[in-house]
Amino acid sequence: MSNLVEGATGSWEVVIGLEIHAQVSSQSKLFSGAATAFGAEPNSQVSLVDAGMPGMLPVINEMAIEQAVRSGLGLNAKINNYSVFDRKNYFYADLPQGYQISQYLQPIVGEGVVTVELEDGATAHIGIERLHLEQDAGKLIHDQHPRKSHVDLNRSGIALMEIVSKPDMRSAAEAGAYVRKVRAILRYLGTCDGNMEQGSMRADVNVSVRRPGEDLGTRAEIKNVNSIRFMQQAIHYETTRQIDVIEGGGTVDQETRQFDAPTGTTRPMRTKEEAHDYRYFPDPDLLPLEFSDDFVAQIRATLPELPDAKKRRYMDELGLSAHDAAVLVSDRDIALFYEAVSEGRDAKIVANWVQGDLFGQLAKAELDIADSPVSANQLGGLIDLISDQTISGKIAKDVLEIMFESGQDAAAIVAEKGLKQVTDSGAIEGEVDKVIAANPDKVAEFQSGKDKILGWFVGQIMQATKGKANPKMVNQLLRDKLKG
Amino acid sequence: MSVDKATVARIAHLARIGVREEELEPLAAELSGILQWIEQLNEVDTDHVPPMASVHDQALRWRGDVVNDGGKPEDIVANAPDGQKGFFAVPKVIE
Repeated sequence: MSNLVEGATGSWEVVIGLEIHAQVSSQSKLFSGAATAFGAEPNSQVSLVDAGMPGMLPVINEMAIEQAVRSGLGLNAKINNYSVFDRKNYFYADLPQGYQISQYLQPIVGEGVVTVELEDGATAHIGIERLHLEQDAGKLIHDQHPRKSHVDLNRSGIALMEIVSKPDMRSAAEAGAYVRKVRAILRYLGTCDGNMEQGSMRADVNVSVRRPGEDLGTRAEIKNVNSIRFMQQAIHYETTRQIDVIEGGGTVDQETRQFDAPTGTTRPMRTKEEAHDYRYFPDPDLLPLEFSDDFVAQIRATLPELPDAKKRRYMDELGLSAHDAAVLVSDRDIALFYEAVSEGRDAKIVANWVQGDLFGQLAKAELDIADSPVSANQLGGLIDLISDQTISGKIAKDVLEIMFESGQDAAAIVAEKGLKQVTDSGAIEGEVDKVIAANPDKVAEFQSGKDKILGWFVGQIMQATKGKANPKMVNQLLRDKLKG
Repeated sequence: MSVDKATVARIAHLARIGVREEELEPLAAELSGILQWIEQLNEVDTDHVPPMASVHDQALRWRGDVVNDGGKPEDIVANAPDGQKGFFAVPKVIE
């Protein structure tokens, strides 16, 4: 598949690398005992360490270490048993220490690889350069006062994993698939909730263009993009902009840009003077981080089944199609729900219900599967009613809709509304005879070879029985009688 | 290794330390002297000596993932020259 972009003077290749900042799921911060919960009162989850008070010393949170290792294993990456924390020095109002504690030359996790699937079913392997632990900064609020910015340090010091990819992506679609996959893996692992709206995951996007086969072009870095859609817009805009610049005889500046969501464009950030001279050095308050192979092995032993392995199992053992399996493993909550319903039931039928009607209802109500008003148990109950022929598949769709609104069990709805399927062949036969007697012209049409009219007869009988007649029996009886 | 006047001015700016023009030259000489003194260490052969992170033979201390701090927003902003509604307030820094 070609990802080349046509310019005025020929084809261009876009090269994309991503730095994903993923907030570590933990109760307390990377180096202090203050809480990490979202949405608390300003400065209420701040220790003197996070506020950068003189003399405060950082003490590392073991959970952050475990989560970083767990994430590294999930990204098929090399775990470094020895890593070092460094100070990245710069002055900004959201950084009370005057430096961010990060990892520079010796990160906790080294190279890895993530396999992503594209729309057309092709796969791409995206290299991971590294994953390191670092502190988040505080939050600046600009809209409360005409001349002041307000600073909330609740986020200051929360543990982040910065996941740096290699420049292996060649299209916005690939970049989107990569972020979705990393997000899914972290959510399966429980190391990051992946909530982009709340800022638990955001990305810096590096974009450059080049003639196919040539060396890498100069890149622009688009900072702090907080949704996959925005990221893809930014990549499209930046690609066109850079091609225009070069084809117009100019050169692309290596610079930091920011994405403007309302216009879908990027613009240069006011360059902080010498901002890129961070003067990294090892943090003298922290000894090197060391752990044993045994520590890593213990974490490895607790890893859940990850999306790739799950997908293979759904296809090989449950007989699902590649598409169905991919949809069901795309998020941990979906997979857990699916597995809860399919336990002891027909895997393919359950797959159809989950990603067909249930997803349809959820989409209409704009709900995530975790908030589904119909539980896995309840959906299972509905499917059981179809399997034992209590209701038809068609009626079941209506029942699901009622379940979705009322939260009732399927069996209760079927009993209350009298939706039980008619499987008494005598009763169905009576209806069939009535319809045939009342429509001799249609009968003649059928007998003259117009097979399709059978559907009309089925419809009449379904209407007469309010959809409760067993469709298979209706078909059979009609055929027998019409052939006369 | 020695540092010149321009380098002193640059690192002073990066560290947000105000240094007067006439102080730059003497500071450059002092810093160069310190660097040269440290450079004596280059005479020692350290090829087979592992890097030392601490003079104590101890490992990094780990903390359990427990919330036992925070909950004192008044203390946090107590020393702020300008605080509003529980926030620190600083001159506008919007990009």
